[in-house]
Amino acid sequence: MSWSDLNSTLPELALAVTALILLILEVVKEPPRAQFAWTALGGIALALVLEFALPIEGQFYNGMIALDHFSRFLNVIFMITAAGAVLIAVPYLRKSLEERGEYYALLLFATIGMMFMAKAHDLTILFLGLELLSIPLYILVGFYRHRVRSNEASLKYLLLGAFSTGFFLFGIALLYGSTGATHYDAIRQAIVSDGQLSPAMTLAGFGLLLVGFAFKVALVPFHMYAPDVYEGAPTAITAFLSTGPKVAGFAAFLKVIITSFAVTTQHWWGIVWVLAALTMTVGNVTAIRQDNLKRMLAFSSVAHAGYLAVAVLVGTYDSAFGMMFYLAVYAVTTLGAFGVVALIEGEEETSLEIDGYRGLARRSPFLAAIFTLAMVSLAGFPPTAGFLGKYFVFSAAVDTGNTWNIWLVVIAILNSLISVYYYLRPVVAMYMQEPADETPLPMSRVAVPVFLVLVLIVLGFGIFPMMLVKSGVAAAGSLF
Amino acid sequence: MTTILFYLFSALLLGAALFVVLNRNPIYSVVGLVFAFMNLAAMYFLLEAYFIGVLQVLVYAGAIMVLFLFVVMLLNVQPDRPHPGLIHPDRWWFGIMALIFVSLFLLLIGQGVRALLTSPAEDAAGMGSVADVGEALFTSFLLPFEIASLLLTVALIGTVFLAKKKV
Repeated sequence: MSWSDLNSTLPELALAVTALILLILEVVKEPPRAQFAWTALGGIALALVLEFALPIEGQFYNGMIALDHFSRFLNVIFMITAAGAVLIAVPYLRKSLEERGEYYALLLFATIGMMFMAKAHDLTILFLGLELLSIPLYILVGFYRHRVRSNEASLKYLLLGAFSTGFFLFGIALLYGSTGATHYDAIRQAIVSDGQLSPAMTLAGFGLLLVGFAFKVALVPFHMYAPDVYEGAPTAITAFLSTGPKVAGFAAFLKVIITSFAVTTQHWWGIVWVLAALTMTVGNVTAIRQDNLKRMLAFSSVAHAGYLAVAVLVGTYDSAFGMMFYLAVYAVTTLGAFGVVALIEGEEETSLEIDGYRGLARRSPFLAAIFTLAMVSLAGFPPTAGFLGKYFVFSAAVDTGNTWNIWLVVIAILNSLISVYYYLRPVVAMYMQEPADETPLPMSRVAVPVFLVLVLIVLGFGIFPMMLVKSGVAAAGSLF
Repeated sequence: MTTILFYLFSALLLGAALFVVLNRNPIYSVVGLVFAFMNLAAMYFLLEAYFIGVLQVLVYAGAIMVLFLFVVMLLNVQPDRPHPGLIHPDRWWFGIMALIFVSLFLLLIGQGVRALLTSPAEDAAGMGSVADVGEALFTSFLLPFEIASLLLTVALIGTVFLAKKKV
């Protein structure tokens, strides 16, 4: 190990140290504990500075991690997501008197896991990153120990997650058995130069890997846990759950496919095609029937996983770029949408139904406007960045000229039309219906930065997308 | 000789694993799992990974399974009711899926075995001793080692947080 190895993991180290400090503070400090959130934010800011202060590129720790534009782009998304989750959590935890150091510490540990998933250039690190992301989430989902729903969600997530981890690990074992390697490049080498024990074993290993990824990003039919877990988890955690793991899972999925398995596309594209088509259709059609906003957004995130799977399937430079853009916009938008839900739901989650949103425009014009913006961007209307994300992904698929890809885009666009219905339902309720009671909603000032970033990214990058396009192009470029 | 032992232990391992899943009495299942872990340790020995094999016996078959047994006994789990059997009108699709899976899996195993028989096994010498494992762990696998330590910390925090009556 050399200094450059250590330097390559400095952002993660900063986050880990912050998390440990938070755990100590938890023991020492009596409530009220407003400093906890600020400590966590300070750690994230430090990690962000370190990420940019050390402009090193290349492979470290014997090629186990690779630092490039791709990992940097994603790490910035992860840190913004983590910071947003901390800010949303502040009013949320205070309301229920659960302001605890473990909460922020676990959030930071999960962020470290995501960062390693993006940096990983070896299946060992990918697996450990995935686990370091998953285990804190199992705990955080069950953070409200006195709520039965929260416990139920945590147990469901843990059991199914452990199962999918088993698949993932078995896949890695088969791949290692067949190719003799866990390093991404070495696996590709073995496949290209026919240095594998048995091609069928490699494909079986890849198939099991696919199951593990599909579970993490909730592709149909591996999405069964998503609605229950998203609904049962504390809303501030649902915000993190529906963005962070999904972005990290898709990023790692894309990188593994492009770096190691691009040459075997003809064997698996059919499976991913069906998964993508099923995921967006089931996600959107089921979301129509939901009255509970948390469940609706959960199915909406399933549907978005379907659109993103199109980008993975196509696997070209253009689609990788489209995916980077899409992931950045999706993460911020969904985080903001859940942030609004967390602020509106009230004590003990009373107003989660769509009726609770009636006349919200009069009770809290700011929140209503933010929520409308998020919904419009998720539905993919111009001039929001959500439209551009969809445009980049779908046009990359059409540009390949492949008939199957074009049909998939047709299905995706039909699905986007369906999704307009359920995205606009809360908007109609907020602006065109009478509120049940006229009392203005108390507004937490802490969460305002989250919403401002949302406005900046959704509208700013929707109208002037060049900056995000440039970094997205650079990120996609380092995969090829 | 090694090949014969490999098949012997594989057969025992699979048998023990099936015993764990199919048995309705949790205590028997746990004991079956101990036996499965023992066979797994034997596989490690056949690979000349002696240290890993010893750890497998000490940590998994020893410490962890004793913990399992304690938990099962403390909870006083009753043996499950006999289940309705695999062949049942409600389960036909399950049976078909299982059949497809098993036949695919056998096909795969067959392919792998054929490939193994045709290509010489790699020389595994020099990875078995404590010193070798330790050196690999702290040089080439340093980063996974450190991430795993973070992972264990998180698991510890989670266990204490979720299981303690009053935190």
